[in-house]
Amino acid sequence: MNTSKHLMTAAAAVALSVAVLGATTGAQAQSRDQIRAVGSSTVFPFTTAVAEAFGKAGKFKTPVIESTGTGGGLKLFCAGVGPAHPDIANASRRIKKSEVEQCAANGVTQITELKIGYDGIALAYSKKAPDVALTTAVIWKALAKEVPVNGKMVANPYKKWSDIDAKLPNEEIEVIGPPPTSGTRDTFNELAMLEGCKKVPEVKAAIADEKAREKACMTIREDGGYVEAGENDNLIVQKLNANPGAFGVFGYSYIDQNRDKLKSAKMDGVDLTAENVAAGKYELSRPLFVYVKNAHAGVIPGIREFIAEYTAERAVGDDGYLVDKGLIPEPKDAREAARTSAINLTPLQL
Amino acid sequence: MTVTASKSHYQSEEFARRLRGRYAAERNFKIAGIAALALASMMLVVLLTSIVSKGYTAFQQAQVRLEVTLDKAMVEERNYTAILRQALYAQFPQITDRTGKRTLNELLSSGAPYELEALVKQNPAIVGTTQTVWVRADDEVDQFVKGNFPRTAPESERRLNDAKIAAIDAMTAKGTLVQAFNTTLFSAGDSREAEQAGIWGAIVGSMLTLMVTMLLSVPIGVAAAVYLEEFAPKNKWTDLIEVNINNLAAVPSIIFGLLGLAVFLGFFGLPRSAPLVGGLVMALMTLPVIIISARVALKSVPPSIREAALGIGASPLQTVTHHVLPLAMPGILTGTIIGMARALGETAPLLMIGMVAFIVDIPHGLTDSATVLPVQIYMWADSPERAFTERTSAAIMILLGFLILMNGLAVFLRKKFERRW
Repeated sequence: MNTSKHLMTAAAAVALSVAVLGATTGAQAQSRDQIRAVGSSTVFPFTTAVAEAFGKAGKFKTPVIESTGTGGGLKLFCAGVGPAHPDIANASRRIKKSEVEQCAANGVTQITELKIGYDGIALAYSKKAPDVALTTAVIWKALAKEVPVNGKMVANPYKKWSDIDAKLPNEEIEVIGPPPTSGTRDTFNELAMLEGCKKVPEVKAAIADEKAREKACMTIREDGGYVEAGENDNLIVQKLNANPGAFGVFGYSYIDQNRDKLKSAKMDGVDLTAENVAAGKYELSRPLFVYVKNAHAGVIPGIREFIAEYTAERAVGDDGYLVDKGLIPEPKDAREAARTSAINLTPLQL
Repeated sequence: MTVTASKSHYQSEEFARRLRGRYAAERNFKIAGIAALALASMMLVVLLTSIVSKGYTAFQQAQVRLEVTLDKAMVEERNYTAILRQALYAQFPQITDRTGKRTLNELLSSGAPYELEALVKQNPAIVGTTQTVWVRADDEVDQFVKGNFPRTAPESERRLNDAKIAAIDAMTAKGTLVQAFNTTLFSAGDSREAEQAGIWGAIVGSMLTLMVTMLLSVPIGVAAAVYLEEFAPKNKWTDLIEVNINNLAAVPSIIFGLLGLAVFLGFFGLPRSAPLVGGLVMALMTLPVIIISARVALKSVPPSIREAALGIGASPLQTVTHHVLPLAMPGILTGTIIGMARALGETAPLLMIGMVAFIVDIPHGLTDSATVLPVQIYMWADSPERAFTERTSAAIMILLGFLILMNGLAVFLRKKFERRW
């Protein structure tokens, strides 16, 4: 029975050695040979595609990408310089001044900004229906759960588009869109609902608390005006064709490939085209950014090469593989200027 | 008098009614029990059917047969894409226009050139010869062959146009496009292209994580249980410890992830996404489970064993290590395996320490970046491509297989070594 005693001692020794190993690898972590990126879930599909292409080229390990959200990602990114901190942050908005200051306070003084392209949302409808021009304020009034009437928030009374504005068609409000789990829905909430809500001054008067107001702005009606349709875009197209008065919420890449079946509503008079998005004229779109820590270039292997891959024409160009994944590319000359400054690691100036 | 009275009591109408009532109550209870069991097994059947019916196709993958001419100059340029395309165009001599050729190009997986490159690296002698190779087809082709994209839909609503479908049909008829066992699923890491994505990286990550968990939590847990059960005095302090251990067993797992983030990453500076840290966090999570089950197992060893050992002069430590612990081992093992099975299926604590990430490379050590099986399932379930739907279900089947294996082992060990008193 001595064996079981030995067994216990051996087990204890193993446990101890694991703990020691843990302590020693803390020192080993000083040298990392794999790029690490964190940040926005909207940029995640693009960065992972670039990472895979970069890894397949065979010179470096495939970067590890985490989807933490823009704010959380920038917080990790700005926590310091060194292998323990990520090299790259994906962001679906520009970095804020406060975040740059936070970065600088932790020694991250030089950051390179890559504007990789844009993300856009379309409100599209059947080719059979007459042209409609919308504004974000109208969209919000049509879809919010509660809207201000005589200074008070009440359950959305609008049944038809013409109830909101007599110039709009005399059709039932029906918008078919993605469920809350979708990234497209997040973008729609932020760009259409929240921005539209800000343009309705009565809301500010009715709800004083900023947090509560933001929540009310982004709450979508549940009485049939907004129909959740799963992630199958093709199914939404069928429904739009069957009901020409209805609208569908799509990502840009889908509309771009299906302009033969659908047309997208003008937003404040601006058409959804790649040019208008890139010029910042189309409201339901936003630029996407990738931030790189300059101090890590040359320390973590492959950072410059990764930037080169991300800005290469085969990735972000008009026929690039990121465009297949739904990215709206920057215009050609802007891309080229961005490429040069990114490869030279020109630091960001705010 | 009393006899006749009681006899009349047992034969009375009222007694018979009460008896019928009691039998009815028992019958109803049994029916309710069977109904509950039937409902539970029906749910299980529905769950398994939906997973298996969606997932079994993922174990096959469409492959394309090509007669490639490995021209020396092209191999040196690493222009494997062109080599594959030439071989593909040779199968369709009638297609000469650009659009047609582009349609053909889309039939092959974007990973096919790398497959060919690996073949050449493995056997450099084939350069300059013509070889028959099988490469993976694109995931949309694969889904179409499996019937997941209906052929009857109008062309404008299909992911594949008529030209592509015609090419697929022609190749299927010639036998150059067939379904074969999907080895990639079991040998590759994650990928954004469904046909190149595999579960092996996650399996290795899970194994490394579980190894650390087991090496830490089993010895510490058993030692703690032995001390608390056999040696510790019964006082306020041990009561407090016991309450805390029971409490910890019920703490949501995300809390352990936060602890891991603060202590292992923040204080000790261990790398993110490492199975070492995942294992440490899981060890903290399973420790209370193991301590509790080990204490129960130790308690079930009859006191007579201890008294006999002490009676013939064994020291308390000898009593425990020679007699009590070996007898309690089957129970301890069962508890350990169930704790490990829970750790295998856990994702929440890993979110905080960076193991929920897109990781392509297969981990080779405890500090390499890695992910685990349930995380891989979550990531694939989130992917929009149709081919990931079946791969998600296939990954669930693999995870369920591991869980059944572990729980089966627990039952087997208990049956084999259990002693009844």
